[in-house]
Amino acid sequence: MAKYVKVYSTPTCPWCIRVKDFLKENKIEFQNLDVAADQLAADEMVKKSNQMGVPVLDIDGQIIVGFDKEKIKLALGI
Amino acid sequence: MTMQIYDLIIVGAGPAGITASVYAARQKLNFLVISLDIGGQAAWSGDIENYTGYQFITGPELAKKFQEHMSKYDIVLKENENVIRLKKSGEIILIETNKADYRARSVIIASGKKSKELGVRGEVEFKNRGLTYCATCDGPLFAGKEVAVIGGGNSALDAAMQLVKIAGHIYIINNTDRLGGDKVARQKVEEADNVTIYNNSQVLAILGDKFVNAIIIKDKGKEKQLTVGGVFVEIGLIPNSAFAEGLQMNQNKEIKVTVDNRTNIPGIFAAGDVTDVPEKQIIIAAGEGSKAALSAFRYLALKKES
Repeated sequence: MAKYVKVYSTPTCPWCIRVKDFLKENKIEFQNLDVAADQLAADEMVKKSNQMGVPVLDIDGQIIVGFDKEKIKLALGI
Repeated sequence: MTMQIYDLIIVGAGPAGITASVYAARQKLNFLVISLDIGGQAAWSGDIENYTGYQFITGPELAKKFQEHMSKYDIVLKENENVIRLKKSGEIILIETNKADYRARSVIIASGKKSKELGVRGEVEFKNRGLTYCATCDGPLFAGKEVAVIGGGNSALDAAMQLVKIAGHIYIINNTDRLGGDKVARQKVEEADNVTIYNNSQVLAILGDKFVNAIIIKDKGKEKQLTVGGVFVEIGLIPNSAFAEGLQMNQNKEIKVTVDNRTNIPGIFAAGDVTDVPEKQIIIAAGEGSKAALSAFRYLALKKES
């Protein structure tokens, strides 16, 4: 079954762009939350990840900070 | 098990490393690229208006173009690998990373530069918990907050300019008499309503609980505590050259190279911002990368003949 994927990002950070490209390349659907524009999403991200760096991924509740390809693959089962 | 010996290993995949890899691929060398990331500092740049062929392109876009160019060739890239040691033993160069060991007949070091760290109490502990080295990335998370920018050069001004629009108040902690950097940018920052500049000041410690909540500075000899929710460290860059054993470097730890990118050790070449080549520009790094690859190719050809 498809996993629910959220990406917390800012439009300007290179790793955010790479993470999203990686998901697209692997045909993974995701919800992008722009924490620069959406303060609620920003608060949610900090609360979930206990830190303030972007990107943060929420894959069915599993929180991954940064573009950690191996961890993301494992979490997605790809 | 015998370990494969590559013709060439390129360390780094910024403009210099990627360009070197394209040249190496076209020379049909048996090589690989080891890098922590792709695009290097170029990927973190804002707007680029001086890379020939592109009147305007952003850093991430240019990095992507580089990567696309690289992917036209069958290039083996070991990503997310950090070189810990590199040394020549006999005729072979040994490379140790956080994941594996490699051997090669020649090497191009194109590992670029990274943000300099403050080296004060709390810096490691609060990294990504309010302390960041990338205002472009993380700046928006500090909307309405009081923040400190550490540094007084162009990158500090850049960070401050971005934060003027986002943060509540900005303290600039500069350890010289006055801010340096570009005149236009400096004026803008100095004139902003929500900026306080501390010249001749140093950061002594970063304080916090779960996240940063204050910094201690020494302002003209006196200790002072500032309440801040964010700290942006912008005190310049240092070359990623610490792993290379036996290489001659200048006082800034940049690897010394000849005009054809040789170092003092035969078979080890270097290119881009990690070297002592004057001017750190994307286009220069790219050009240096191509030169280094051609030099390495020539070196290997001569070795084969002898």
